[in-house]
Amino acid sequence: MSVDGTGGAFGRFWAMTTKEFIQMTRDRITLATMIMIPVMQLFLFGFAINSTPHNLPTAVLMRETSDVGRSILAALENTDFFDIRFVLQREEEMDEMLQSGRALFVIEIPEGFERALRRGEQPALLVAADATDPVAASSALGALSGIVNTALARDRQVTMGEPTPPAFRIVQHRRYNPAGSSTLNIVPGLLGTILTMTLLIFTALSVTREVERGTMENLLSMPIRPIEIMLGKIAPYVLIGLLQAVLIIAAGFWVFGVPILGDPASLSLLTGLFVLANLSIGYTFSTVATNQLQAMQMAMMFFLPNILLSGFMFPFAGMPAWAQWIGEALPLTHYIRIVRAIMLKGADLSDLTTDALALAGLTGIAMLIAVRRFRRTLD
Amino acid sequence: MTAAAPALPESAEAPPARDIVIDVHELTKSFNGRTVVDHVSMQVGKGRIHGFLGPNGSGKTTTIRLLCGLLTPDSGTGTCLGFDILTESDRIRRRVGYMTQRFSLYQDLSIRENLEFVARIYNLPDPRGKAQGAIDRLGLKGRENQLAGNLSGGWKQRLALGACILPQPALLLLDEPTAGVDPQARREFWSEIHALAAEGLSVLVSTHYMDEAERCHEIAYIAYGKLLVTGTVDEVIAASHLYTWTVTGADIHPLQMELEKTGGIDMVAPFGTSLHVSGRDETALEAAIAPFRSRAGLTWQKGEPTLEDAFIDLMKRSEDNFR
Repeated sequence: MSVDGTGGAFGRFWAMTTKEFIQMTRDRITLATMIMIPVMQLFLFGFAINSTPHNLPTAVLMRETSDVGRSILAALENTDFFDIRFVLQREEEMDEMLQSGRALFVIEIPEGFERALRRGEQPALLVAADATDPVAASSALGALSGIVNTALARDRQVTMGEPTPPAFRIVQHRRYNPAGSSTLNIVPGLLGTILTMTLLIFTALSVTREVERGTMENLLSMPIRPIEIMLGKIAPYVLIGLLQAVLIIAAGFWVFGVPILGDPASLSLLTGLFVLANLSIGYTFSTVATNQLQAMQMAMMFFLPNILLSGFMFPFAGMPAWAQWIGEALPLTHYIRIVRAIMLKGADLSDLTTDALALAGLTGIAMLIAVRRFRRTLD
Repeated sequence: MTAAAPALPESAEAPPARDIVIDVHELTKSFNGRTVVDHVSMQVGKGRIHGFLGPNGSGKTTTIRLLCGLLTPDSGTGTCLGFDILTESDRIRRRVGYMTQRFSLYQDLSIRENLEFVARIYNLPDPRGKAQGAIDRLGLKGRENQLAGNLSGGWKQRLALGACILPQPALLLLDEPTAGVDPQARREFWSEIHALAAEGLSVLVSTHYMDEAERCHEIAYIAYGKLLVTGTVDEVIAASHLYTWTVTGADIHPLQMELEKTGGIDMVAPFGTSLHVSGRDETALEAAIAPFRSRAGLTWQKGEPTLEDAFIDLMKRSEDNFR
């Protein structure tokens, strides 16, 4: 029997995987956390983080009383973007409203607006917004023109003598996310973020834990190679990572109504690759760090740019070139593109070759560093 | 990288038929400029139990780690089971059972799971059967599903030994295996070691206990990284060139204080109601104790130095030389 044969290598890998799996199931609290973290975070962020504002306190300064003005007001009130709380009479009240924060928006319908409109003079509708929260302001402003257009179109229909009950609707031309819902954007991003955070930590602790518990000395005195240890330690967590992904996608689908327009097989395959990339990087940290605390800190250091530069929080295209380059080196950047493309745009594997190759490349580099960094001696 | 090592037929890996299993020369290892192992040379014969003694921090653990490839020596050469400790540590690993000082099996795995893990890592056929065999041999039947971390010190040590010998190694390296274990468990442990040695297994065992040292075929004493003496117990005692008198009497503590201040006496050690009074120079020793021999209530007797006397003396002398 040759101990160096592939059969032997698989046997040792399998011994390691079985051992890791048993240890994982034995640590009940960690296991429960693994399952609970993704679901909890999804609910927290999915419900709490919502960049589409609702019921923004709004004031209206009506300088004329016209059908058009009333239509616009009614239309605004029928959306849940604006909550018209004040109807103002004097101009000074506008500033007061914004200053005190009682209203985030003040809409002024100028004198002679209807008449100017009918003459085709393109009159201005003044909107003053509190832009201290730019996200809320810009998305509400974006919605506003749509609302007004709808209102005016209806008003014109009325003048043409077709009295129909108003069916106010905001028609926005936002592709892939017709409702402009940030949940649709956030859930796929959260999938990647939650996986990154939990998976990095799982493997970041794996080698340092053995060192700290004193079991590493025994393991190193046995005939097992660094690559077998690495793969054996990563394998059980691939399963956990996929289980987490399924939980998040299922919750996204049933709770937040995030569809999967593309091919589920491609999604699973690329999710598996992403899971592997993060586990490899975490494992690499584990071979560099000297204790669990260090490994944890390294994982956190790596996690932060993942959140900020991957396009999850801020639009990738808006970042300066150097930040984009850093972003390209992070698995989450590629995975967020992949998930948004598959779930929301219905893309398949052939559309995502570049990102898939990038993930595979990052995995390979991390594993190579880990195997080379792994200390087979206690020197 | 060893991962790329080609498969070699088993016949090429067999150690040469020799009677020396550990043969190292001038091994030196230092950490951060402090020499921990200083030109240590050592031979261990097949089927022998070799005791390894020395004060804490003397380099015992480091030497053992150098032997099994867990540390790379700064200089020196040697073979372990006929394999070069510098280049063939992979083959050494497969044939050496190393029992660490601290319990290093997985505390959160059960007894059975730990043993099966070891069996699988060594690619033993029928790992389940092998683990069960070891459980029966260890007398742990019925407790095999207990977590290793919940075992008492004595049982942990037996389990660790069981795991060590599971892959049938040719050499056992035991690093203070009986520290903190009760006398009965220690005795059973040593019976097992002797039984294994009788089957041809070679053992290098480090210890602090004199009674254990006396159970070894040969002993080696290391202090401040230097190997000071090797040989059988009798040889080591003879090499110490100590002369010892035993004095018995009531209330000997004040006597001890007096003797310690007297020139010509190198060492006074109390043993119950008697004192071992030793010196390296026989005539000087006798001259030194002469005034005390006439005292009432004391019985003086010329005796043999014990191994402990020899070691305490070695330790004192090495302190004088190296500190």
